[in-house]
Amino acid sequence: MENVTSTAAGAERLRLARVLGPAHVWALGVGIVLVGEYMGWNFSVGKGGMIAGLMACWVAGLLYTCVAMIDSEVTSTVAAAGGQYAQAKHIVGPLMAFNVGLFLVMAYTMLEAANAITVGFLLDTVAGMQGQAGLNQQPFIVLSIMFLAWLNYRGVLATLTFNLVITAIAFIAIIALFVSVQLGASAVPLDFSAITSDPLPYGWVGIVASLHFGLWYYLGIEGTCQAAEEVRSPARSLPYGTMAGIMTLLIAATMTWYICSGLIPWEYLGQAGTPLFDAARITGNTGLMVLLFVGTAFATLASANGCINDASRAWFSMSRDRYLPSWFGAVHPVYRTPYRAIVFLVPIALIFALGAPLDQVVTFSILSGLLGYTFMTFNMVMFRNKWPLDKIKRGYVHPFHPLPTIVLLILCSTAYFAVFLGYGTQLSAMMCFYIVASLWFHFRRYKFVRRGDQFTMPWPKPNGY
Amino acid sequence: MAYEPPKQSLAGQIFDVVTLLVLTIGALYIPLYLGLAGAAKVPNPIANPTWESLGQNATEQQQWAALGITDPAAANDIITARFDYSFSWSSLIIMAVLVIGYFVMVVRLSDREYREVIEERFGTKRR
Repeated sequence: MENVTSTAAGAERLRLARVLGPAHVWALGVGIVLVGEYMGWNFSVGKGGMIAGLMACWVAGLLYTCVAMIDSEVTSTVAAAGGQYAQAKHIVGPLMAFNVGLFLVMAYTMLEAANAITVGFLLDTVAGMQGQAGLNQQPFIVLSIMFLAWLNYRGVLATLTFNLVITAIAFIAIIALFVSVQLGASAVPLDFSAITSDPLPYGWVGIVASLHFGLWYYLGIEGTCQAAEEVRSPARSLPYGTMAGIMTLLIAATMTWYICSGLIPWEYLGQAGTPLFDAARITGNTGLMVLLFVGTAFATLASANGCINDASRAWFSMSRDRYLPSWFGAVHPVYRTPYRAIVFLVPIALIFALGAPLDQVVTFSILSGLLGYTFMTFNMVMFRNKWPLDKIKRGYVHPFHPLPTIVLLILCSTAYFAVFLGYGTQLSAMMCFYIVASLWFHFRRYKFVRRGDQFTMPWPKPNGY
Repeated sequence: MAYEPPKQSLAGQIFDVVTLLVLTIGALYIPLYLGLAGAAKVPNPIANPTWESLGQNATEQQQWAALGITDPAAANDIITARFDYSFSWSSLIIMAVLVIGYFVMVVRLSDREYREVIEERFGTKRR
């Protein structure tokens, strides 16, 4: 097949550089997601109470374990830039791939916007503590997004090495807070009396409702496979990095719930902008406050950084395949990054970061992620049916198939209902967006797509075709 | 003979990008901007609130104070705000149809496209 990349200029047919190892994969996954412990997850407490928040944390952990298992098998076999997008292209078809690409772009761009909002809110809080209330957050929001976009523009290795360092510091900050409070560093004791005095303020429906924001603890871990084309050994590094990431997050999520629920009244926690930093404030310990300020800032920056990386890769992949204008499918001749995709997504992130409330932006991100997880269920079944285990070699085979798929589908259905409870309008808006976008692709855009180029893996013909 | 797509002009590329931008901002941002979307969390403040009447014990009062809120009136809205989870079954069914219908539509149309891909890649049209 000639001209596989289908880009216009010769310079644009440059390949992405294979420079990443398992630690970078872990850093990319955890780096995007760890911010979920620093903000957003606590809205699950607001939707259902303390117990509901903990149950949401664990149920969402189960959902993401299924996601990681399924994703590891498919990604270790479809090791191409774009991750789930490339999977959909090879297993379901172009329109599904276009939708999955949009899921990824929207989920990560909204997460990036949420991170920038949190940076602004954090600085405003600290300014208020210093007697300078009413700080204008907008310059800091713009600066965060612009700086990280520039970093991504300059190169993936520097970007993810930067992420590796600041993610590690943010993770250590959570452990330090947990250990310090256990050793009595807090001036205010842990108090879990609300578990008995006000266990389920919304009843059992609150537990279901809280799953909505429970997803935020882990949302984005599937981003590990976005860098598949830039990983030195995808079949080994991607499953290892992803599974290590989900284990890291399960531990961090449980510790976060414990500390925040013990130190912060649940009603405040349910609407807090920076819960871990607030927990550190309540301890009255200056060292912990500084550490969690740094942790929150680093977690949000690491996440936004990873989001720009992932969203731009998905946009780049779609453009390279002409699902979007091919102009975006260019690789920078010096830095070898998808620089046009990176720059184009900056204003979209800015619009939402500057003009939408945090919980709404978080909900849009969660919904796009949720649609992506729903896709994974039938994608996995189709993958095994079209290419049974003896037909193509996988880098990793997940156990107990189809149990993880069934569990994932049940949990996704429950999560849709959870979002519907309180945020039904956003769910409707999102579905309308994807339906119209799908029709636009099928009837307008698909004519520009080279059919044969949509299947590039060296696999045999799928069963049933 | 493999399918040869038409070459898209620069104007056509710009038109497609603008379409997607309008769709993104129109469907997702405008409802937020106009206040049409939003969580149904409504404060139900009580008259003459005290920490006790708001259900806050001594430790929780310490926690509120550490957060800079010492006046129970300032915490009244936060503590009493609740979501309204009442819903109509018809709206739930419509939502379910929307989600399921979306996936059915995408998978069916994808399969139609996928057959063309497989035919060109593996069939007689292989280049």
